[in-house]
Amino acid sequence: NASTESVADPAKPFKVAVIGSGPGGFYAAHRILKHVPQSSIDMFEALPVPHGLVRFGVAPDHPEVKNVMHTFDEVAENPNFTFIGNTSVGTYVTPGSKKADLEISDLRPHYDAILLAYGAHEDRLLGVPNEQSLKGVMAARSFVGFYNGLPEEQDLEVDLSKAETAVVIGQGNVALDVARILLTPLEELKKTDLTERMIKILEKSRVKHVHVVGRRGPLEVAFTAKELREMLQLPDTTFHMDQGLLASEMERSGKTLDRPRKRLMGLLEKGIKESKPDQPKSWSLQFLRSPLGFSGDGDNQLKAIELGINRLEGESSNRKAVATGEKETLACDLAFRSIGYKSVGIQGIPFDERKGVVPNLDGKVVDAEQNIVPGFYASGWLKRGPIGVIATTMADAYQTADTMISDFTSGKAMLNDDTSSKEGGKPLLELLKSKGHKTVSYKDWKKIEQKECELGAKVGKPREKFLTVEEMLKVLD
Amino acid sequence: HGSLPRPAPGTGIKVNFVKPTGETVTVEANEGESLLDLARANDMDVEGACEASLACSTCHLILDEASFDKLEEPSDEENDMLDLAFGLTDTSRLGCQVLMTKDLEGLTAKIPSATRNMYVDGAKPKHH
Ligand SMILES: Cc1cc2nc3c(=O)[nH]c(=O)nc-3n(C[C@H](O)[C@H](O)[C@H](O)COP(=O)(O)OP(=O)(O)OC[C@H]3O[C@@H](n4cnc5c(N)ncnc54)[C@H](O)[C@@H]3O)c2cc1C
Ligand code: FES
Repeated sequence: NASTESVADPAKPFKVAVIGSGPGGFYAAHRILKHVPQSSIDMFEALPVPHGLVRFGVAPDHPEVKNVMHTFDEVAENPNFTFIGNTSVGTYVTPGSKKADLEISDLRPHYDAILLAYGAHEDRLLGVPNEQSLKGVMAARSFVGFYNGLPEEQDLEVDLSKAETAVVIGQGNVALDVARILLTPLEELKKTDLTERMIKILEKSRVKHVHVVGRRGPLEVAFTAKELREMLQLPDTTFHMDQGLLASEMERSGKTLDRPRKRLMGLLEKGIKESKPDQPKSWSLQFLRSPLGFSGDGDNQLKAIELGINRLEGESSNRKAVATGEKETLACDLAFRSIGYKSVGIQGIPFDERKGVVPNLDGKVVDAEQNIVPGFYASGWLKRGPIGVIATTMADAYQTADTMISDFTSGKAMLNDDTSSKEGGKPLLELLKSKGHKTVSYKDWKKIEQKECELGAKVGKPREKFLTVEEMLKVLD
Repeated sequence: HGSLPRPAPGTGIKVNFVKPTGETVTVEANEGESLLDLARANDMDVEGACEASLACSTCHLILDEASFDKLEEPSDEENDMLDLAFGLTDTSRLGCQVLMTKDLEGLTAKIPSATRNMYVDGAKPKHH
């Protein structure tokens, strides 16, 4: 509709609300503030602490990855940026979800645009018997959240004192993170920001063998070279995988492999060749296996996984695992399903259940019929699905920001035509205050962080994370 | 970020940055400075998200072949990260790992565009 489009007045403010403070939100804010000087951004975050999976996903022994937080700190110093922590926006559509602190409808009148960047809140299930009822079977997402101090996962029952063998289902980087945390010498982990609670549990760990299971072959693994290299460098740990399968798969793919894949296969080959046999610990990659179910003992404790054996069919680029009908049983005491995170829809916003994303064209939210939904945008894992490293998420967030900037400067329809009266977050902060709700500013967060660093310094760690929302807020009293 | 003082005009090592738009900008580098620091000191759009700790690939640059050949092979760790870079080429390097020497005078580094945006670049989505 061309009549609503006009060239934007350079003095016209651009008021944006961002929901979620992970890389998807922060990098988009960074780009908008840089290119639209008259923009102002309010970032809402459900937790009192920012940065999403950079804090609660990225492994504690990858501190260098977390350097991105410095850029986020710089964004937050911009006078046109406001962090509104401890404030969730938009109740999830999943039945039984807790009501959010604010709804989209509360925000709507106050902004020109709303950027949805709330990530992937759930994990995918395998859909096999006993995956949620046995002790010892858990989601990698929960385990990762637990050891990284995510408040909602602190009730997870993690007992490594009786387990010798663990199985991780899935072959992505999260799967290798889990395997690496289980097998890395504790002295190394004690120098990281791994929570003391997890360190106590690892002190009693008897886990010695970790199998990382995938339904397809080595060419289809989702993990990347850095993470594989770290696994192959674990001290006192033997690496096993089917050498014949690797050789035949490499032979089959011939020269068609791209460079990253080729290097990854080379690394596996080298890993097999250089692996020291009979070390006290071991890990393996198991291919062509799909879990059919978990079984336990009388105490409801996991004892084994039944695996169906697959073969691969179809085009090289998109091979499918097809069940052969053969089965095998793998004895284990612990199992982590690591087959992906999953985004959830929030009320009043289009959501594609099948793809698990907010439907969008380069970040511009569209409905099921591909019609533009004015004023709404998406970025990060919510936009593309829960895959990709921070660099991928950054590129995605920049793409969304460019879309927003283009819409704004070309005068496309936003949330309301009359933007002059928009006040941004001020009335919302007043509303929350009147309800007795405590919000957290970025300055507040820096106080919490300082306290965490002080506590960490006492035990030789970069920080000791608070494990509950109450403890975080208490710092601010 | 404390970047080095800029070399006096005419005294530094000349480097050409080619922006994603195609525009070329010639700047001068100090010896020992990384291409990433050089890019940042001259306001080029090169990210460097992990601050040169080989954990991100956002400092990816595409070098001219002659300069690429003058450099030592990238380390395994650099290659691991390069494998994740957008638009990887045979002369790609991570800007934070390439240190300037006099020998590299005249180096050309193309800044790959990290995003493609069909929406902004003219795709015509339907409107209500
Ligand atoms: C276990 C794990 C390890 C990883 N390791 C690495 C690594 O080593 N290197 C790397 O480059 N990448 C890594 N990644 C990938 C990286 O974390 C993601 O690419 C990135 O964090 C995605 O960003 P996002 O902003 O979309 O989502 P998130 O980072 O998840 O941020 C979403 C934010 O939204 C908040 N939120 C959710 N719902 C609401 C609501 N209703 N209202 C307000 N706020 C809400 C959440 O609390 C969260 O803070 C890892 C990912 C995982 C899962
Ligand atoms: S800045 Fe991250 S790899 Fe160079």
